[in-house]
Amino acid sequence: MLEIRDVEVAYEDLQAIWGVSMEVAAGEIVVLIGPNGAGKTTLMRAIAGLQPPLRGRIVLDGAPIQSLAAHSIVERGVVLVPEGRRLFAGMSVYENLLLGAYTAKARAAQAKSLRRVQEVFPILAERRDQAAGTLSGGEQQMLAIGRALMSLPRLLLLDEPSLGLAPLVVRDIFEVLRQINRDGVTLLLAEQNARMALELAHRAYILEQGKVAGQGTGPEMLASDHVRRAYLGYVTAGEEASEK
Amino acid sequence: MNLEPIFQNLVYGLFVGGLYGMAAVGLSLVFGVLKVLNVSHGELLMLGGYVSFTLFDAYGVDPFLSIAIAAPLLFLVGLGLHGGLFRWVMRLHEEAKIKNSLLIGFGLALVLENLALRVWTADERAITTGYSGEGVTLAGIVFPYTRMSGLVVAFMAVMLLHLFLTRTYAGRAIRATSEDWEAASLMGINVQRTYVVAFAIGTALAGVAGTLVSLGYTIAPSIGLAWTLKALVVVVLAGLGSIFGAFAAGILLGEAEATSIYVFGASYREVVGLVLFIIVLLLRPQGLFGRRVR
Repeated sequence: MLEIRDVEVAYEDLQAIWGVSMEVAAGEIVVLIGPNGAGKTTLMRAIAGLQPPLRGRIVLDGAPIQSLAAHSIVERGVVLVPEGRRLFAGMSVYENLLLGAYTAKARAAQAKSLRRVQEVFPILAERRDQAAGTLSGGEQQMLAIGRALMSLPRLLLLDEPSLGLAPLVVRDIFEVLRQINRDGVTLLLAEQNARMALELAHRAYILEQGKVAGQGTGPEMLASDHVRRAYLGYVTAGEEASEK
Repeated sequence: MNLEPIFQNLVYGLFVGGLYGMAAVGLSLVFGVLKVLNVSHGELLMLGGYVSFTLFDAYGVDPFLSIAIAAPLLFLVGLGLHGGLFRWVMRLHEEAKIKNSLLIGFGLALVLENLALRVWTADERAITTGYSGEGVTLAGIVFPYTRMSGLVVAFMAVMLLHLFLTRTYAGRAIRATSEDWEAASLMGINVQRTYVVAFAIGTALAGVAGTLVSLGYTIAPSIGLAWTLKALVVVVLAGLGSIFGAFAAGILLGEAEATSIYVFGASYREVVGLVLFIIVLLLRPQGLFGRRVR
């Protein structure tokens, strides 16, 4: 579905992504893990059209999208839930959801999408007329995901959806992501919360210093020495041996 | 003590304040959405005034009727100015954008002023209709028809803008873009197109304000800067993000000026707005009705 080939991205004169290639097949949950500053957010922004790559190709269903504006990429069914959620804080929950259904196609399905989103996140129906900025962190993340679902994504990009949330809330959110995927939406997820993300993932890539430093299936990654040492917090050799 | 002159002053303050509000709403919209301070806003208002003056002078069109021509015409002017000038600064980063848009605005103001000088000469113009000077007198206080209608038209224009911004997809796209343009583009909103529309609406609002100014006040090629400054004071008083706030702040400024005329004399009228401007910046920099920036 999505193919990234030798992509390089730079801000002004600072390059953040160096020749990254990866693939996401239709129906998959692909996770991108890596330390803070590795370039996960930059890569997500490049796919969504917010930060056009310097070089390389981003191909969606055979068509290059790397030079399209962000709004055209949304029309093609690729929707980003950005880091920090970026809700329209001064507007109501309902208005945020309506803005999610802005494209012509999404607008036509608006009533149906709204019912579906409120089924997945009942709290959004309860808080319908409240300003988005007054929601709790978890509710805000639910609204951000709900708003993205209103755009009828085929490929949903999520940048750090667990950031700043309590572990129980994160668990709920990940459960919803699994459900969204079962409903046929392909997911690409950038996460620092490596364990939960890898448990969810079909496949994963490790991004370190702007380069792909490893890849594999979810279970493979959970078992990999490098991942366990760097991202899952296993330190002692004894512990590693006993786990094998 | 005779209270009539005081109340008469306050009534005139209300009418002129409505115009200040009307002039400020367009500036506020453009500033809020494009993050560009259009310092040629007053010259656009002047153009609107000349449109209605010319229509009245040459064809006898009633100025309230000519709003229906001036507003769409200025909307088109706005489309042209954005496409030809302001569009080029929209992709620059913040600092360069502010500097360059100010340069464009000042340049445009000079061009428009001199254009008006050639087309309409330096004479001060005003529209005097058959019903100008007439009005109702209540308890010794005069309410002139033209100014009352002007206030009503201004309020209706602001109301329409409010409905457009809150009830339509295009309006919500404008508000979303003003809050966070990147997030707006992630909704599938064509942000560049939103900028064009918002700028054109801002210009049309200047045109409506100009028409109202031509009625009972004066239009001349040089009035632009004064109106830009009035509108700017009102925008700072109101804060960003509230259309009705800008209108209310306009009326507040009008009343403050009217009161000062009575208390200190007419020569201090301009000072009052600037004093208010400084007080608000010191005590409440987000404005009287503005959102606090998080």
